[in-house]
Amino acid sequence: MRRLPTPLIAGALIMLALLVCALAPDVVAPYDPIAFDYANLLQPPSGAHWFGTDQFGRDILSRTLAASTIDLQIAAFATLGPLVIGTVIGLLVGYVGGVTDMLFGRLVDLVVTFPFLVLVIAIVAVLGPGLSNMYIAVSIVGWVFYARLLRAEVLVLRQQDFVGACRVMGYGHLRIALRHILPNAARPIIVYWMTDMALAILLGSSLGYLGLGAQPPTAEWGVLIADGKNYFTQAWWITLFPGVALVLAGLGFSLIGDGLADLLDVKR
Amino acid sequence: MNRLGMVGLRLLQILPTLVLIGVVAFVLVRLLPGDPVSNMLGDHATDATIARLQAQMGLDQPIWVQFLLFVRHAVQGDFGDSIAYHVPVARLIAERLPVTITLAALATLIAIGLAVPLAFISAVNADRWPDYLIRAVFQVGLSSPIFYVGLLLLTVFAAALRWFPVGGYGEGIGDHLYHLFLPAVALALSFSAVIMRSLRASILAVLTAEFVDFARSKGLSQRIILLRHVLRNALISTVTLIGLHMGSLLGGAVITESVFAVPGVGRLMVESIFARDYTVIQALTMALAVVVSLTFLATDLVQMWLDPRAAK
Repeated sequence: MRRLPTPLIAGALIMLALLVCALAPDVVAPYDPIAFDYANLLQPPSGAHWFGTDQFGRDILSRTLAASTIDLQIAAFATLGPLVIGTVIGLLVGYVGGVTDMLFGRLVDLVVTFPFLVLVIAIVAVLGPGLSNMYIAVSIVGWVFYARLLRAEVLVLRQQDFVGACRVMGYGHLRIALRHILPNAARPIIVYWMTDMALAILLGSSLGYLGLGAQPPTAEWGVLIADGKNYFTQAWWITLFPGVALVLAGLGFSLIGDGLADLLDVKR
Repeated sequence: MNRLGMVGLRLLQILPTLVLIGVVAFVLVRLLPGDPVSNMLGDHATDATIARLQAQMGLDQPIWVQFLLFVRHAVQGDFGDSIAYHVPVARLIAERLPVTITLAALATLIAIGLAVPLAFISAVNADRWPDYLIRAVFQVGLSSPIFYVGLLLLTVFAAALRWFPVGGYGEGIGDHLYHLFLPAVALALSFSAVIMRSLRASILAVLTAEFVDFARSKGLSQRIILLRHVLRNALISTVTLIGLHMGSLLGGAVITESVFAVPGVGRLMVESIFARDYTVIQALTMALAVVVSLTFLATDLVQMWLDPRAAK
């Protein structure tokens, strides 16, 4: 058994802590995240409020913890669509080849021409702000990157002897593609999936900050930071702490991605 | 094929891309649920106003005629009028695109300025503490969203220390650059992390190449080897990387401009979303895609010039 890569362990520990907060925010949080407390407005960090309070006296620590649920949900939901669609299309294009592959190549060239964020924002603009429309927008664009990775792997595997052997055995195309090629081609997209979750959190919080993602009063790290931006001269803690959580989550996912790349021997 | 032919072929390849960019921009606005015109005008528009705007946008024509009209107008530089500003969209974009391009260029320079020396120090000290420290800092930089870094920079360098203005664009070139410095740093941070990662890997690869051993056996000094042989070769892949990341840089500019109130196309885009100014969103999406595809073209040409093997 090989030693687990350090980044993987570090990333997994960060994610484990965040996951506990995300699954049971009300158990971990000291206060009600949406309860106003007019006796304690804009309090700096103290023993009672570790991360301070905002302009309504809400506890920043509790709000940061409550937001972790939404942000981890964004990481999962915003990557699931692209992963599934990208896997199906990448497998198909790589396995069938020919004209499909050519068309796919043109499509990839086109999609990478649009700045990802700009295209997602434009689609969200048309569909309307909100998390579910963001998931749709990301799925429309994001699958291309998974499909491109998988296609490259499948193209190589298709030529290998074991696939030929499967054909000789009389296996159907679906069985060869799903049971024999996909498991051998999956490593790069699993690694990319982890990195993509970090990107999804960055994207979700950026849209939340701009007012295009999660809508207030939903606690989301980007929304919390946007809440605090008008107070940053006198109450820096409202923006600082949700941001630290955001950076930690991004770091956790990308460390897991790096560690897995190392463990699974995936070149990037 | 000779080099000139390659360049010509690459120039021709951009044409279908431009047409497809137009198709995407055209389809984008058609994704609007319901009628685009009533969406744009809101609930209080009269039927006459709706009909007039529909005719003005050619929405009473069949879809393929609409598309041809759209292409003809786009080729003539006519993208319609902004609903919010009541001026031609083309003029609005022409006024603001230079601001965004200056911001992106400044950010690229800062990113390169940060990444190149640090990638060098990191690669030369591979797997020792300076390498670990630099990589750890950049890893955090890569995980930090632009709007957060921007707000932190504002809090420290604009609000507390008062070294820089809190936002805006100022008057005159010097003042513009002064106003754009903090936004450019915020935009540059994650970009420099990407450059530094790739450059470090290429420097490590070049360091073990045979021609470096040869240079050493010729008795060249370490400094000359590193600058003239290692850095030059490692930079070739970095040029491609910078070109490929122009899209994410422009996407980042949308956020940066919103944080620092910079009057570029990114801020225009966000404002247009809340104003339901779909003609602006459509034209901007298209304009930014064209900028990116021109950057890809320029990158390919520079690549061919730097590395003749790429022109094959």
